[in-house]
Amino acid sequence: MDNALILTHLEAGVLTLTLNRPDRLNSFNDEMHRQLSEALTLAERDETVRCLLITGAGRGFCAGQDLNDRNVSVEQQAPDLGLSVERFYNPLIRRLTALPKPVVCAVNGVAAGAGAALALACDIVIAADNANFIQSFCRLGLVPDSGGSWFLPRLAGHARAMGMALLGDKVSAQQALAWGMIWQVVAANELAATSQTLAQHLATQPTYGLGLIKKALYSSANNSLDQQLDLERDLQRLGGRSDDYREGVSAFFAKRAPNFSGK
Amino acid sequence: METPFVLRQQHQRVVTLTLHRPEARNALSTPCLEQLVYWLELADADATVGAVVITGAPRFFAAGADLHELQKQDLPATLTDRRPLLWQRLAQFSKPLLAAVNGYALGAGCELALACDIVICGESARFGLPEITLGLMPGAGGTQRLIRCVGKSRASQMVLTGEAINASCALQSGLVSEVCVDALTLERTQQVAERISLQAPLALCAAKQALKQAEETGLSQGLAIERQQFVTLAATDDRREGIAAFFEKRTPNYQGR
Repeated sequence: MDNALILTHLEAGVLTLTLNRPDRLNSFNDEMHRQLSEALTLAERDETVRCLLITGAGRGFCAGQDLNDRNVSVEQQAPDLGLSVERFYNPLIRRLTALPKPVVCAVNGVAAGAGAALALACDIVIAADNANFIQSFCRLGLVPDSGGSWFLPRLAGHARAMGMALLGDKVSAQQALAWGMIWQVVAANELAATSQTLAQHLATQPTYGLGLIKKALYSSANNSLDQQLDLERDLQRLGGRSDDYREGVSAFFAKRAPNFSGK
Repeated sequence: METPFVLRQQHQRVVTLTLHRPEARNALSTPCLEQLVYWLELADADATVGAVVITGAPRFFAAGADLHELQKQDLPATLTDRRPLLWQRLAQFSKPLLAAVNGYALGAGCELALACDIVICGESARFGLPEITLGLMPGAGGTQRLIRCVGKSRASQMVLTGEAINASCALQSGLVSEVCVDALTLERTQQVAERISLQAPLALCAAKQALKQAEETGLSQGLAIERQQFVTLAATDDRREGIAAFFEKRTPNYQGR
């Protein structure tokens, strides 16, 4: 497709999604949302997809919502931004976090607004050393959406989350790493290779078990220790029934490398 | 029997009935409901059965009644419909009845869950009565049983908007007793059913009757009925066995007498 706003590439179990509106810093419009949603459906349904890798084309990762689509003049009625959040951004974040497969994000440049939130909603975030994160909502009178207000305090802590959200300053990749917001920073020219290698490694791992881990970690946010212990019991019960658990144990005793099927 | 819309499976004293109309998202057509009642009545008469679990598919418990059937019914046909009788027979089932719900339990599917004694659901479960959006209303206990378990405001909101609620809301409002991981819903429900099925059959039956009376009568009459059931059990062998086993620190061996 010539005008694909999301490029998809499936290889060796890794589905790579590239946000592809480079001239607009890959900011979201409705069509890009629709294409991303289709790509996610593929990731959800296709069993051969065992890891998702999200990145951006060009010099930016994602600048959030494209403001060109938000023509606000005095004569017009105030727009219902909640509608766009409910229709596009919320399902996107819900589906990424609920996807029972690991999601890697390679942040190749600026991640602003919902773009920053999108990156933080991924399971493992690797950033180029020239990338940065901006909670730009406060400059427009808006609120961090797409889970931004949920992830930020959990990842960076209350004080830093408040500073970022209220001031809207740029946070460099190094700073984000130091604050615990992301997993790794690499030189810009190594980002693609590093993130591909990581994603390919994840795609050979016990996918079903990784999905259970994701579920356990995300559930911990709303559970008491007691509830979480019960959940761990249930998920462990399921993990213990998986083919990959058997394979892992027999490979261990046979002193050979395991060959996981993802089931 | 023609096409099997309900699959039956028995493990020890627990019978599991699985709704099986995948092409229609387990819509409870009249033949399907008939088969369900048929199996329940067999289980009721079968002394080897202690409890019954009703379940559906991973993504839908039952997505409602059969709209094609409803579409054909005019007023006289609706007046003489035999579905109300089928629901009544289902409600008369005397042994503990459990629902294991994953995915959608809508309309008649939700009413079926409400008609069970215990509902356990998975995190994906959605309960709703969308009849209003079709220009009709719940017709199998939806307006009555729902309000008794979740209270007026939530029941009215569900019935009048037709919007479904999720598992955690269903747990909060008392529609279900437990929420578990989807993949374990049926297993957990069967576990609860198994525990129930090991109790004295006559005591189970009496306790269920007493519980059901809570919805039918006022407190003082309900207490009188409870007392009556309690007294009746005093004459059973199983009551002596239960207490004796407790003192002798052993598992009771109930005979249903």
